Amino acid sequence: MDRRFSVFALAREALRGHAGWAPQWRSPERPQPAYDAVILGGGGHGLATAYYLAKEHRASLGPGRIAVLEKGWIGGGNTGRNTTIIRSNYLFPESAALYDHAVKLWEGLSAELNYNVMFSPRGVLMLAHSHHDVQSGMRHVHANRLAGVDNEWLTPAQCKAFCPPLDTSPAIRYPVLGGALQRRGGVARHDAVAWGYARAASALGVDVIENCEVIGITRDPASGAVTGVETSKGAVRCGRLGVVAAGSTSLVMAMAGLRMPLESFPLQALVSEPVKPVFPCVVMSNTVHAYISQSDKGELVIGAGTDQYPSYSQAGGVQILIHTLEAICEMFPIFRRMRMLRSWGGIVDVTPDRSPIIGLTPVPGLFVNCGWGTGGFKATPGSGHVFAATIARGEPHPIAVPFSLDRFATGRLIDEAAAAAVAH
Amino acid sequence: MLLIRCPWCGDRPEVEFRHAGEAHIARPADPAMLTDAEWAGFLYERANPRGDYRERWRHIHGCGRFFNAQRHTLTDRFAGTYRPGEEPPA
Ligand SMILES: Cc1cc2nc3c(=O)[nH]c(=O)nc-3n(C[C@H](O)[C@H](O)[C@H](O)COP(=O)(O)OP(=O)(O)OC[C@H]3O[C@@H](n4cnc5c(N)ncnc54)[C@H](O)[C@@H]3O)c2cc1C
Ligand SMILES: [Zn+2]
Repeated sequence: MDRRFSVFALAREALRGHAGWAPQWRSPERPQPAYDAVILGGGGHGLATAYYLAKEHRASLGPGRIAVLEKGWIGGGNTGRNTTIIRSNYLFPESAALYDHAVKLWEGLSAELNYNVMFSPRGVLMLAHSHHDVQSGMRHVHANRLAGVDNEWLTPAQCKAFCPPLDTSPAIRYPVLGGALQRRGGVARHDAVAWGYARAASALGVDVIENCEVIGITRDPASGAVTGVETSKGAVRCGRLGVVAAGSTSLVMAMAGLRMPLESFPLQALVSEPVKPVFPCVVMSNTVHAYISQSDKGELVIGAGTDQYPSYSQAGGVQILIHTLEAICEMFPIFRRMRMLRSWGGIVDVTPDRSPIIGLTPVPGLFVNCGWGTGGFKATPGSGHVFAATIARGEPHPIAVPFSLDRFATGRLIDEAAAAAVAH
Repeated sequence: MLLIRCPWCGDRPEVEFRHAGEAHIARPADPAMLTDAEWAGFLYERANPRGDYRERWRHIHGCGRFFNAQRHTLTDRFAGTYRPGEEPPA
């Protein structure tokens, strides 16, 4: 189980017909009666949180017993449903610091976890189609450079050179007027991120328990502090509870009597039939609303928008997909005759300012990491890293300070919504 | 795509409508008396339930009017729509 992956291990198994691989992480059927910290939600963010807690903060957690409780299978939520775009060129310094912290961790993650998460910094190009887009894109470039985050402005001809399938002719309805390119951005393999963190956390003693839904939060009647959780597999005591439940966060926090500044919306994506390598980078367009890359299997991976109404259906309207495909066909005429193979939806938890919430709550012992909405995959390592420190120290990690829940009362919003309209 | 019954125009496709957030959130009568936390509650905190949910819609590409609806957020099925001031479906 704790066998490390290496070129020698691969060669050995190749010769033995791959009969020697063992399960990659321990999978206890049931939780222990008590833990020092319980992480609710086995998506990438929850698993990363557990990994960094075990790796960097065990000493501050008493005996250091840690569990991840997942109601379905790990990575079955938005982690396994997203289009895996990674970038850090957000407008505000607070966001740039948070997302760039993540990108720096992505850069060494496969080695850190000894698991190939297939991080591929192939460049993320965000297109501008109007005068306003150009101004706002250039403003992002300048703001990012001041914050020490790479981002550069490309002319239409440079966009075409960077992404040859792109139609840059001036005659189309929304001509390309330029683009902001973050070369360190790219994609990673979503499942591998969940599996790699689960494997590494398990090797450090974390219990990763699947098919274990949290159905209640128990609290001390006098202090109100968290004392444990009720689950579909029995009661579990814990001193600290970290909620990382994405689209289900409002439901979980209601178990502790809290109302959240969140709404949950369906967000869809789809993939095409696989074709030979044709698309060298990631392209996003907020104005016509489409984003696209090509997976290593050869499928075009295409992201659509959210539906307009809150829902937990994990399915969105077909008109949303059609809208996106129309935009893709106009930007990339060579894809007009491709067939789409599959589409699916996830439920994303959206905050009023489209920035995440990471930190403490009014309930002692209860911590929350949510509100990543349509764009949290890119933050997975950084989110887990700063949230683990927050849980261990009982106070926000410096990068997490601006993302506190009480910013909605103080008014210090981090308004990436107005800045970017769509964020992935 | 949802099929939505405008209380004035009848059944129309969702693309004629704009969702307008959770219903029955009354603006506080005297905002100046509210604490910051209470004001945040009014502005930002939402029930976001998985189940029956009351919401506002506006028939922007039709009569232009606001109305309320009750919908189940797991099935997206409507229990009914009703005009402002009317009672929600039982
Ligand atoms: C279609 C789509 C495309 C996207 N594209 C991008 C993109 O290109 N780039 C990007 O950065 N982001 C993207 N995102 C957003 C990204 O997927 C999420 O922000 C991120 O994956 C959230 O990770 P998470 O670990 O917090 O959530 P999840 O992976 O959803 O994990 C939460 C887990 O909590 C579990 N849970 C919930 N309730 C309970 C309970 N009561 N008890 C136990 N467990 C519970 C769930 O089962 C789930 O596994 C996209 C999302 C979607 C849906
Ligand atoms: Zn009408």
